[in-house]
Amino acid sequence: MKTIQVATTLNGDAVEFVCTPDEPLLDVLRNRLGLTGTKEGCGTGDCGACTITLDGRMVCACLVLAAEAEGASITTIEGMSNGDQLHPLQQAFIDHAALQCGICTPGILVAAKNLLDHNPDPTDNELRYWLAGNLCRCTGYDKIIAAVQSAAKQMRTA
Amino acid sequence: MDTGTKRQFKQIGTRPARPDGVDKVKGRALYGADMSAPGQLTARILRSPHAHAEIVSIDISAAEALTGVKAVVTGKDLVAQDNPSLRDVQENILAMSKVLYDGHAVAAVAAVDADTARAALKLIKVTYRQLPHVTDVDAAMAADAPIVQPGRSLETVPPGMSANVTNQCQFGHGNLDAGFARADLIVTRSFTTAATHQGYIEPHACLASMNSDGKADLWCCTQGHYNVRAVCAAVLGMEASQLRVTASEIGGGFGGKTAVFIEPVALALSRKSGRPVKLVMTRDEVFKATGPTVATSIDVKIGMTKDGTITAADATLRYTGGAFPCGTVEMGASAAFAAYDLAAVRTIGWNVLTNRPKEAAFRAPGAPQAIYAVESVLDELCQKLNLDPLDMRLKNAARKGTLSSYGPTFDDIGLVATLEAAKRHPHYHAPLGKNQGRGLSAGFWFNFGGNTSVSMTINTDGTVSLQEGNPDIGGSRASISLMAAEELGIGYDKIRTIVADTASLGYNDITDGSRVTFAVGLATIHAARDAIQKMCKRAARLWGIDADAVDWIDGAAVPAGDNAGKFPPMTLAEIAASSHQTGGPLAGHYEFTADGAGVSFGVHLCDIEVDPETGHTSVLRYTVFQDAGKAIHPDYVEGQMQGGAVQGIGWALNEEYIYGADGRLQNAGFLDYRIPVASDLPNIDTVILEIPNPGHPYGVRGVGETPIVPPLAAVSNAVARAIGVRMTSLPMSPPRILKALTEG
Repeated sequence: MKTIQVATTLNGDAVEFVCTPDEPLLDVLRNRLGLTGTKEGCGTGDCGACTITLDGRMVCACLVLAAEAEGASITTIEGMSNGDQLHPLQQAFIDHAALQCGICTPGILVAAKNLLDHNPDPTDNELRYWLAGNLCRCTGYDKIIAAVQSAAKQMRTA
Repeated sequence: MDTGTKRQFKQIGTRPARPDGVDKVKGRALYGADMSAPGQLTARILRSPHAHAEIVSIDISAAEALTGVKAVVTGKDLVAQDNPSLRDVQENILAMSKVLYDGHAVAAVAAVDADTARAALKLIKVTYRQLPHVTDVDAAMAADAPIVQPGRSLETVPPGMSANVTNQCQFGHGNLDAGFARADLIVTRSFTTAATHQGYIEPHACLASMNSDGKADLWCCTQGHYNVRAVCAAVLGMEASQLRVTASEIGGGFGGKTAVFIEPVALALSRKSGRPVKLVMTRDEVFKATGPTVATSIDVKIGMTKDGTITAADATLRYTGGAFPCGTVEMGASAAFAAYDLAAVRTIGWNVLTNRPKEAAFRAPGAPQAIYAVESVLDELCQKLNLDPLDMRLKNAARKGTLSSYGPTFDDIGLVATLEAAKRHPHYHAPLGKNQGRGLSAGFWFNFGGNTSVSMTINTDGTVSLQEGNPDIGGSRASISLMAAEELGIGYDKIRTIVADTASLGYNDITDGSRVTFAVGLATIHAARDAIQKMCKRAARLWGIDADAVDWIDGAAVPAGDNAGKFPPMTLAEIAASSHQTGGPLAGHYEFTADGAGVSFGVHLCDIEVDPETGHTSVLRYTVFQDAGKAIHPDYVEGQMQGGAVQGIGWALNEEYIYGADGRLQNAGFLDYRIPVASDLPNIDTVILEIPNPGHPYGVRGVGETPIVPPLAAVSNAVARAIGVRMTSLPMSPPRILKALTEG
């Protein structure tokens, strides 16, 4: 199959890749660019494990064609921390034991950061509905909600 | 064994950051599908489109001829097993003469890329002769039911039953007739529960590499890599030493990754192609071909006096573990009445073959269904006799010395303390509104110990490298490190615990039966004591005193009393630093079969509201009370309690395997098989009780499985009290509740 060359900004860096016309962005991230932090749980947009942002918009990378990323700015979990400095959300997830197996964690962190970028002081209800597209089977979400609220509070006072 | 239950802990019970936390929040932790090898091929599996069919022929020639295809395998590429249970595993991995369920694996391809592999699957010509199928457990017990596999009934099954009934079990004691005669009220009900899936977010994935010298390496997500090695070695005809299995980080298991599905296929493809092979399941493959729970049909009859004393209890359980014989019904029949001290009790269970996937464990396998039925009938008795449901349970609760319904006499157990904690809790006394109801249920699980090996190296800089052999499915590296730190008397941050591969550490049983914190913890404590004994000897040698005259206190060797001599404490770091001059490297080991896992009880309180227009049930408030024996790392104990409760809520309200008339699974995806999402739920409050397990020096009981047991009845009892109708079929999806509301 003929390939397409795509130029993007990925976690702040200029990145070019080739892909086939029917290739999901998730496969490019994981298989061609080696960014395996974005996980595949279903491939059909039902679980949220592959949540990334595309030009600031939260998307499932499995539902985006890689070719659509031409000229776009992509952020993934690999772009969340600043060098060796964890993002407050990342630190809060560790401090609040908000992960058990951790497979949903990258997607949930990206989704939670996207919420706080738009709404720095969400109610629990807003947060629960925002994260409703990100399945976690281990935690029952309780400690995830606590962790995000703790990080949000810290970010508001920082 | 010393019980040390009064022990004052320095680190146990604290909540330090988990050692793998940074890796996991940065997306750097490597799960099953995250590993690649140079020159790897991509594999795909061809699956049966039929619920039940004879395989007349398989022609792989066109697939093999496709450019880019490097290997094609079928069931004939595996070694046929003599052992019946291993043969079932083998025939589930790749079908032999028959396909037994929709999604049963038939053949597999390894190719240069996924597109080529998928194209090759379409070129494999399988000729099927379709056979009549049965997916319902009660239908499969009928005299004229299609037979899934003939000749699989054990001698425990009475003559005259359907050939689909593979085994019968019975537990109990006392005189049932006399007990029921004493009752003021007898309630008899029949229940059904749908099969559910563990629903781990990470699909099964592996990377296999076998070389032409027969040596192989396997990377996979599993709850037990030693079991993967055993199964793969058997079905590929390899020696265990030639296959090294490394467990990846695991993206959820809950019992479902105790089974082996794709790893032998990837190895067979790698052997045939001479290249590394990566094989990752799609989500619909996970639903169709990996472990759902049993689906069940259960009758319960309980007699009670007006004051709330249970006089007799009887249950009949019909479980289907899918197309292969399955022992889960024995656990259900054992657990059904375990929470109560009963004079007369009986459970009879049957396992029945159906054209469904092979059952795999899901947290406390078999218990949630049986206890749902029992706790529902108990709730109905309380309603009809106007009894407080917690007082009734306290009146009949099993205690130390109770002869359990399944045989053993209980030692120290925490049920009464757990019920009393629920009774004291504000949740139990909070007011309820219109269309709202409060339900509760007790729950029980046996817990397990099992074969375990742990090693630790005392490094010359005073740090410790610890090797354990059970994948970390929810913070176990943290709890193991905590126990090693406590026992050695050094800081938690001085220890790094890794999950070793099968070639680097002695055998470990699967991560199951809530065994890891108990059994691996026990081995860790003993390995630490082994190392301490050796370090005390080194100190004794340096001090010129007898080794018996040295104690270990707060991370240092000290003379045992004034007669031993006067020397300042010699720390672990000091002993380690001089170890190469005092006799060589220092390490501790322990290998054993852990016994003495303490049983675990929990009580759940649940408030719900039913929307009478839609039949939708909202969970408003939920509190989990559970005896943990001793919570090593309370965050992760709470996490087990919360996660298990929410899985049970999903089971009660939404989750089910739906089969069409054609015997095919209708909802093989997360859109149609709906697990709870964040907006479905309230906070899940937790209360940890600590009634020490006499079988563990710190008192640890397994905590992982019990929490999925009570929610089914807790939610159902709440619904019954909210709508005034007793639901007897799970899940209580909105259409079912609407139907109950309209038909009363």
